[in-house]
Amino acid sequence: MAVKVLQSIHVPHRKNTEEMAPVRFDSVKTVIIPMAMHIGAPAKPVVKPGDSVKVGTLIGEAGGFVSAPIHSSVSGTVKKIDDILLSSGSTCPAVVIESDGNMTPDESIKAPEITDFDSFINAVRASGAVGLGGAGFPTAVKLKVDPERVEYILINGAECEPYITSDTHTMVDNPDRMYTALAMLKRFYPKAHIIIGIENNKKKAISVMRRYSDNVENCDVCALPASYPQGGEKVLIYNTTGRIVPEGKLPIDAGCIVLNATTLSFIGKYLMTGIPLVTKCVTVDGSAVKNPQNVIARIGTPAKDIVEFLGGFKEEPKKALYGGPMMGISMPDLEQPVLKNTNAMLFFDEKGCRVPEPSACIRCGSCIDACPMNLMPTELEHARVNHDIERLKALKINLCMECGSCSFVCPAKRNLVESHKLAKLYLREASAK
Amino acid sequence: MSKLTLSVSPHIRSSRTTRSVMLEVIIALLPATIAGVVLYGFRALLLCVISCCACVLFEFVYEKIVKLPVTIGDLSAVVTGLLLALNVPPGLPVWMLIIGDLFAIVVAKMLFGGLGCNFMNPAMVGRIVMMFSFTAAMTTFTPPQGTVDALSSATPLAVMDTLSWANFKDLFFGLHSGVIGESCVAALLLGGIYLCIRKIIKPIIPLCFIGSCILFSFLFGGTQPVLSAFAGGLFLGAIFMATDYVTSPITNWGKAIFGVFCGFITAVIRVFGNYTEGITFAIILGNILVPYINDLTRKKALGGIYTKPGKEAAK
Repeated sequence: MAVKVLQSIHVPHRKNTEEMAPVRFDSVKTVIIPMAMHIGAPAKPVVKPGDSVKVGTLIGEAGGFVSAPIHSSVSGTVKKIDDILLSSGSTCPAVVIESDGNMTPDESIKAPEITDFDSFINAVRASGAVGLGGAGFPTAVKLKVDPERVEYILINGAECEPYITSDTHTMVDNPDRMYTALAMLKRFYPKAHIIIGIENNKKKAISVMRRYSDNVENCDVCALPASYPQGGEKVLIYNTTGRIVPEGKLPIDAGCIVLNATTLSFIGKYLMTGIPLVTKCVTVDGSAVKNPQNVIARIGTPAKDIVEFLGGFKEEPKKALYGGPMMGISMPDLEQPVLKNTNAMLFFDEKGCRVPEPSACIRCGSCIDACPMNLMPTELEHARVNHDIERLKALKINLCMECGSCSFVCPAKRNLVESHKLAKLYLREASAK
Repeated sequence: MSKLTLSVSPHIRSSRTTRSVMLEVIIALLPATIAGVVLYGFRALLLCVISCCACVLFEFVYEKIVKLPVTIGDLSAVVTGLLLALNVPPGLPVWMLIIGDLFAIVVAKMLFGGLGCNFMNPAMVGRIVMMFSFTAAMTTFTPPQGTVDALSSATPLAVMDTLSWANFKDLFFGLHSGVIGESCVAALLLGGIYLCIRKIIKPIIPLCFIGSCILFSFLFGGTQPVLSAFAGGLFLGAIFMATDYVTSPITNWGKAIFGVFCGFITAVIRVFGNYTEGITFAIILGNILVPYINDLTRKKALGGIYTKPGKEAAK
């Protein structure tokens, strides 16, 4: 472990669902499966209304190299293929499937045969795996590098966002899946040092993973400080290896591959069973939810069905989020489905969704002491307000990962992350001209 | 179904607000204020209360006149008022103090755009105006209640050559003439430690300020370089004035440079200047340098690639 760690902040943990075993929710009536659940080209639908599908049937094929296939999460009938509004504000085609309630698996499902590196990559691609921590980058693309270049494989089990416990449950509840996938990584990246990063307050997960790493050479569990944002990719790389990813480069340029713990667990499951990515462990919590719980839900399950399954709302929800409260994205409505990279759905009542009014910056420097990337958020905001492109570039706006630390600590409650997002957009538009 | 709120992350915020920060500063100033009242009597309390009220009133009236949202709830005007009162001798006529408040709030703060936009410390500006306008009243000191020792007639800084370490206790606890808030070093230290523990300020500026003042006084051959640090307004200025967020640098290195610079100027004025006291001018001069210090000490982003300006121009 590196001696130095990056600046971080303390956020409330609120891991209410940590001790509760996840429950399965299979009785969903209709699933809505968008064709864009990953970074890159959307998948192309290969079914049409009226087709009958089974669990694991391919319904969308990868739309390019940086893309991922999509499978049906239920057995039943395709009702329609329609554009839906995503939380990003854009629309994309989605396959709507009515479940017959039987969850019949597709006949083609069988554990993949892994003979060499290429067959491993092809298996990962066929599984539909994408970065399940939130980014949704197709995993096969990430893994398809010269194994000689890979000095470190970092498993991200930090789970630094408040509320979310789904990664931890994935690690603790099915360790054999993790072990299977880790063994495969050892096989194909023999030179890589595997480091599993977990926040030091998750004792159970650490001990489960140590059971493996203690017996395997060049594999360690690194207990990270329990502060935010340990799970940020560049933060994890620095805090475990001391390496810095240069501006505009990828982790592999620093000799690292970073995989989310849930992604790894899924790859392990796929290698063992051949069942593609059709379910996802989702933390359902927030001030409006009656019974917070981890739910293993079918991909495409609408938010409101999950909450109903858990006993409904105790207060009328005024805000719904994909992901944690620090980086999560607001849902436009409660019909939004569980996506591949959904790790939490949070629902807040009137009081929980209140965002304070911003006031004048008092130049206290709290944001500067909070930023893990050593940026100067208040200066960035100033440059953005002044439309100063050169200054935005000089202050490295593009290195901002929008972790939310600056906005969180700001005593004047300035919407710094919002400003950074606008600044990046502004920079992109300016350079496109 | 009701509409959902759409907003940009983060969706939770810390409990610290501008108002709570200002409140902590007021709490940290209470020991010095109480010490001032104990030392110099009821008049000291009167000046503090009037000054706070005047500052809040000026801010309110100004914002009403120019039709700005009223911001007196952030308590920053109270801090300015209290700091200004702590910077005047206990015998100062009330109307003079109110004129100081007027300059501090309206000229130094509001005309530059209000909280966060002023480039000079408002309380320091108010004090300078009073120093030049009412020099006699601003340098007439009353001795603490019930004391008749050698120290009580003049401020210790003016008679530094007659003092020795035997007087340290009097200096540390403020048993001498001076302005309301600066005398009792013990109370100021208590407030400073509170601010550091509550993470409102970092100790960088006070340590660099006081340390460099002592060092440069020694190098310049000033009388009693260490002992004189405990006399005059050094602790009040270093802990509460120089650390003002708005008018001090934002990076740690910047704060260090700023602190050393202020200490240097203070030593120069104290050793070579006509004034016995140099804190106010040192801080104001420092304030003016802050934008440049900020530019010099800009942080390097993690993984950031910085090309020299010449190279970029060549492209």
